[in-house]
Amino acid sequence: MSMDMNDPMEKGPKRVGRRKFLDLVFKAMPAAGITLGTCGLSISSLRGEEEKKLEPPSEKNSYAMAVDIHKCIGCGRCAYACKKENKVPEDPHTVRTWVERYVIPVEGEALVDSPNGGIDGFPELPETKNILKSFFVPKLCNHCANPPCVQVCPVGATFQTKDGVILVDEKYCVGCRYCIQACPYGARYMHPVKHVADKCTFCYHRIAKGLVPACVEVCPTQARVFGDLNRQSSPIRRFLRFNAIKALKQELNTRPKVFYANADLEVR
Amino acid sequence: MSKGKVPHQLMVLSVIAVAVIAGFFVMRAYLTPKSFGKYGHYRADAIDDVRNLPVSYAGVNVCASCHEEVFQKKAKGFHRGVTCEVCHGPAAAHAEDNSIKPEAPRQRGGCPLCHNYNPARPTGFPQIITAEHNPGKPCMTCHNPHDPVPPTTPEDCGVCHRSIAAQKLVSKHSSVECTTCHQVPKQHFVNPRLNRVGKPTNNEACGNCHGSDVKTQPQVPKVETAKHAGRYLCWECHYPHSPENTP
Amino acid sequence: MEPTLVLALLEPFNGYIYPNEYFLQWELLIVLYPYLTGLVAGAFILASLERVFHVKALLPVYRLALLSALAFLIAAPLPLMAHLGHPERALEMLVTPHTASAMAMFGFVYAWYLLVVLLLEIWFDYRADIVNLSNSKTGLMKYVYKILTLGATDLSPEALQFDEKAGRLITIIGIPSAFMLHGYVGFIFGSIKANPWWSSVLMPIVFLFSAIVSGMAAVLLIYMVASWARWKPIDMACVNKLAEFLLYAMLVDFTLEILDFIHRLYESEESIHILSQLISDRLFISLIISQVLIGGLLPLFGILVGRYGKFPDEMRKMFYFLVGILIQVGIFSMRWNVVIGGQMFSKSLRGLTTYKVHLMGIEGLLVSIGFLILPLAVLFVLLRLLPPWLNEKSEEKAIPVA
Repeated sequence: MSMDMNDPMEKGPKRVGRRKFLDLVFKAMPAAGITLGTCGLSISSLRGEEEKKLEPPSEKNSYAMAVDIHKCIGCGRCAYACKKENKVPEDPHTVRTWVERYVIPVEGEALVDSPNGGIDGFPELPETKNILKSFFVPKLCNHCANPPCVQVCPVGATFQTKDGVILVDEKYCVGCRYCIQACPYGARYMHPVKHVADKCTFCYHRIAKGLVPACVEVCPTQARVFGDLNRQSSPIRRFLRFNAIKALKQELNTRPKVFYANADLEVR
Repeated sequence: MSKGKVPHQLMVLSVIAVAVIAGFFVMRAYLTPKSFGKYGHYRADAIDDVRNLPVSYAGVNVCASCHEEVFQKKAKGFHRGVTCEVCHGPAAAHAEDNSIKPEAPRQRGGCPLCHNYNPARPTGFPQIITAEHNPGKPCMTCHNPHDPVPPTTPEDCGVCHRSIAAQKLVSKHSSVECTTCHQVPKQHFVNPRLNRVGKPTNNEACGNCHGSDVKTQPQVPKVETAKHAGRYLCWECHYPHSPENTP
Repeated sequence: MEPTLVLALLEPFNGYIYPNEYFLQWELLIVLYPYLTGLVAGAFILASLERVFHVKALLPVYRLALLSALAFLIAAPLPLMAHLGHPERALEMLVTPHTASAMAMFGFVYAWYLLVVLLLEIWFDYRADIVNLSNSKTGLMKYVYKILTLGATDLSPEALQFDEKAGRLITIIGIPSAFMLHGYVGFIFGSIKANPWWSSVLMPIVFLFSAIVSGMAAVLLIYMVASWARWKPIDMACVNKLAEFLLYAMLVDFTLEILDFIHRLYESEESIHILSQLISDRLFISLIISQVLIGGLLPLFGILVGRYGKFPDEMRKMFYFLVGILIQVGIFSMRWNVVIGGQMFSKSLRGLTTYKVHLMGIEGLLVSIGFLILPLAVLFVLLRLLPPWLNEKSEEKAIPVA
């Protein structure tokens, strides 16, 4: 790991870039006479979808994601893009998706870390001699077919759409955090500003516009694959056909819809 | 109070109970959101609340619709699978309004996120040790990120196969060339994943040095290849990039 | 392993925890909640011993136990409400309760217990007294009592007999309700399959018996303090009986907890390593020392000696009082170990996190102490409004009323 990445004083180039970028956005907006809201709308107009009324979700679709662990290079761009796309607070302890690094030594217990969800890269290992193997595992909400979080929500503020995505109704959530306790994957967090439970939506707003989730969009090695299980020509179908698949914590009967290829025994 | 008459207490409590229950149902009818229960036990409008959120990452097709030439160039190179917004950041605002410029990581910060050496990265993924690799120079001075060809065709396999090279370098096999054992197709340099490098398919490759009938230096361990291995290939038990120490 | 050491030094926790697990979701306020509802259930079961099972020795604490239960029940949901991210949306639990959710049932279990069981039983029990008070008092209090009669002022022998019958019936309904109220709190934790520390079928029943222990001990303490405050003698037959029941309940509670422990150890599931680390590292003081030794074995021993040893009554009282306090410490520690302990290890089963109680803030120590004092303040008001010792006096002078 290069010094410029490791030094906490020097998160520099990217941070400044981001701030400048936002500055530009805010400066340019009044000039162009648009607001953030219409900005979002006009993107869809760019894609010729402004007038189209959104269909209600139906069982015809069943969205799922797959991750090929052999392809993941641990760049953390997915975790970064997720924070940007979904305006997730920058706190390293509120993440919708994150990348874990596993280091399996020849002897002893596996080491796992995920500093800032992997967004800033991974620190150098103090010792590389006795490593049997090492790899990265991206994690996110598994959008379980049998979701324990939905089961425990006392008011119906988190729910499963007909196309299989688990969402949170931020206008209805009471903030009891029972769903966070019930999630076996640590995929949920309490939004520090909105005071409601929050989690990955499979970028439901993007799927609705025909885009793939932000993490899939930016994955440089296509380690993440997203698609509709009910569509024969979907990349996810091909992925499931050609790989030996594992899902996380299947013994809990959550029936996850995030599938892993080439996952090690230690991944959990 | 005469017999058979309902006790006064019970009357009073019944009235209160009816009032409380009726009050509850009135409150419930009044407070239940309109779209609640339309598709299931939730507010149906919440779905559109989520779906109407603004998009920040425009998606590669939107980028390509204006930057056709970059797209074409990139499509032929190693970075063809790397979408624009991986490096340039969310660009939906830029797609909407050209005066908003997306990020362009021209310094050394960006590329090492993927290409800095990390043993956890899959083998074959091109990696450098950033601290040693032309320190201080922005990556762009030598590499074009839209068509990142190494400045010279790598003479050294270690450019991509970093962890293997690192292991081999400190092993007994440090002087053995990669091509001694591996057959490398020409196309492997251009399309590595589709043109895999071959592994030895018989034990002659190792036997050339380690066979008991071969005259190599005496410190090279010798075995009778045919008898020693049985039905296995040498590399199915020994790891040639870092062979174990023999007594 | 050297790398473990280095990685451990980098972070304020051991091993690996999922990024979202850094902050504990349920803090001190949620520890208070099962503690307070436990006191409710325990106090009510104690009252029912007299009413349904005719343990006449407990008559002096019957009404006191009911009022204590009510006071704790009024206070119990407040820490829950305070802890919500959006307390203003709390009513949604009643408006659109999700039937699959254990927590959604809270509103209904609570309403049932408060309205149908406790308030009704107290009302029937006190009705004659309230009517008398509404006649004898003057000023504002007269009207308060008038309202409390709900207009049912009939004091004929038939009406009083009906009060008695109704009260009895409600107590009988109340016993399973009390079991449900606290067993259900245990179920909230015990049904979370994601959390191996919580997930156990024994959880509801362990909660229930610890509730009975803590509730009985609390009434014992309140009775002794109230007697001292009123300069009245403590009825030794009553506290001795109470101590006996307390001993039985403690034995059952302790057995159940040991069973749970042995069962986990014997099953030795995937989580056993991290859970034993949790116990030996993070929960050593609060579990081994505070819950098992100080709050479990010591009072068990104390009550055995205090009840069956040859001591003068004054000494016995001291024993009972100390035991009562130790039990509260023990049961509070048990709630702490369940709620906080269950969040101190990662669901990746790879690491432990830490928790530090803050002094200030809504989840802080001060607010929590406030929530613990509040039910005592409510009880004080209730005791003023509906003195449990009315019948003591009425036996002396006020029989002509009936």
